[in-house]
Amino acid sequence: MNGEPILRFEDVTKIYPLPAGDVVALDHVSLTVDAGEFIAVMGPSGSGKSTLLNMMGCLDVPTTGKIYLSGQEISRMGDDDLTRLRRDRIGFVFQQFNLIPLLSAVENVEFPLVLTTGREESRRRAIEVLRMMHLDDALFSHRPGELSGGEQQRVAIARALVNDPDLLLCDEPTGNLDSKTGTAIMDLLAEENREGKTIVMVTHDPNVAAYARRTVQIVDGRLA
Amino acid sequence: MIFLDLAVRNLKRHKVRSLLAAVGIIIGVIAIASLGIVGSSLSVLMGGLVSDVSDTVLVTPHLAASSGDPFDPRNTLAARISERNLGLIEKAAGQHRVIPMILASDRLQVRDTSGYVTIYAMPAADIPFLLEEEAGIYPQGRSSGVMVGSLLADELDLHPGSRIEVGGESVRVVGIAAERGMGIDINPDYALIVTGDWYTERHGDQDYSRVVVKVGDLSEIEGVKAAIDQQINRRKGVVDVLDSREILEIYYETSDAINIFLLGIGAVSLLVASVSILNVMIISVTERTGEIGLMRSIGARRREVLFMFLYESLILGIAGSLVGGLVSIAVGYYVSASVAEFFTDFAMSGGAGIPVSVVIGYVAFAMAFGTATSVVAGFYPAWKAAQLNPIEALRYE
Repeated sequence: MNGEPILRFEDVTKIYPLPAGDVVALDHVSLTVDAGEFIAVMGPSGSGKSTLLNMMGCLDVPTTGKIYLSGQEISRMGDDDLTRLRRDRIGFVFQQFNLIPLLSAVENVEFPLVLTTGREESRRRAIEVLRMMHLDDALFSHRPGELSGGEQQRVAIARALVNDPDLLLCDEPTGNLDSKTGTAIMDLLAEENREGKTIVMVTHDPNVAAYARRTVQIVDGRLA
Repeated sequence: MIFLDLAVRNLKRHKVRSLLAAVGIIIGVIAIASLGIVGSSLSVLMGGLVSDVSDTVLVTPHLAASSGDPFDPRNTLAARISERNLGLIEKAAGQHRVIPMILASDRLQVRDTSGYVTIYAMPAADIPFLLEEEAGIYPQGRSSGVMVGSLLADELDLHPGSRIEVGGESVRVVGIAAERGMGIDINPDYALIVTGDWYTERHGDQDYSRVVVKVGDLSEIEGVKAAIDQQINRRKGVVDVLDSREILEIYYETSDAINIFLLGIGAVSLLVASVSILNVMIISVTERTGEIGLMRSIGARRREVLFMFLYESLILGIAGSLVGGLVSIAVGYYVSASVAEFFTDFAMSGGAGIPVSVVIGYVAFAMAFGTATSVVAGFYPAWKAAQLNPIEALRYE
């Protein structure tokens, strides 16, 4: 890599104005994520983990401070530019899998790609990534409702990886899975990281956090 | 287009809901198209009833109380046009034919049927000029008998040679006038036509109830009207001068008003349909909030989400409009056919009906209106969907 970190937070503060008073979700956070890292973000609920992850994923912008994604400042970008970054540079894996129920497994995977690329090329790439996730070919045409939790999460990871993102963000990726399936999913993520993918994962399960090479603790919006 | 695809799939996912929303549009489109067609059929009917008398200038006595409408009954009852004024009119009309007439009514008895009938009395020489004969001959002179309007003759089964009783006197029917339709000069179809001599012999000399001027060249109508006006109405309004175009305008205004009213009813039904589309789309957006949040968070732009929902309402609109359009063409064909039938039944201005282009025009208008209404109704929910904050939408249960 060229030495520029994938992600750099510079004194980032996020305040949510609420009628009952402002809530400081992130309090002057500075953080760097280098290429190839596998980071677990841990902390109690309400500590600002999700806010941190949302900002890393270009879903939200800071109240003050600056965020750089691969050297590009994103903290003042408009909605369309942020959306484009999410589409082309970020992969999301959610606790609830969040597949689109109207689309089959393979269509879910190709969704981010089809927005910019031809259908045939997208389909080819989607199948390739699904196979990498060890999903049975026979399940490709199934709708999410017809898949088990573990299978759905494999599809979701495939969707997150299909656009070859700079950064893979996982929000409690095993939170809705039994421990055996969870282990299999974590093995898949660790495998991706070994092949060079940068991963940031939010979890409060120490066993899951153990897969990461670095752990960041966050309490009351501050890094500990 | 994956968003078009998603729109189609979402509509299929809720088949009944989509179908019901489309039915609203179908009904609306049918309402607009068929009411439009019915409206223009009415205009055609009215146009057919008002026979083509565009070469006519009608001079009626002026009454301060009168509305200026030649059909106002007060005209005939209260005022007349004197012999002197007739002379002035003839002078003003120049070479154009001037037909003075007396309108009266009298008791008519045919066998055991009796009632009052309108009588047109005019110079014998002018009768053939205004009326076609269907059977028999035109009345001549003072004692030759009367001519009967075609519909009255049909109704009472009268033929040349029949005897009828007019005002207690038995007279002979000499001829039957051909059907003429409603005109601003005379409406003879249910009337008796007699010579002026025949009438004055029985009722004494009278002033005229109206004077009809036939102007051969349409471009001279204005000139003739102005000339008559100048000759007679120099000091005060003695007569009203109307030409048939003004009357036709009144008819057209009326039929336009009816058309707009009918289309308005149709528009209301489409409005109701659009509310149901709005409702369906709002439900759809609410249900799919999480899905929208996900799409936005993995790279769907606002515009793309907006279009996905617009496609849904557009598809509903197009599907509803297509079905509605087909049904209205069938309705239009039926209405058009029955109007044409009506005309052939009454042997009026032959072969008229509403032209196919009018039917297609109304159907196309209704379909375009139906589609546009759906898109407009879908716009607000689609816009709301596009404006959703992806983080909050993702969290939405």
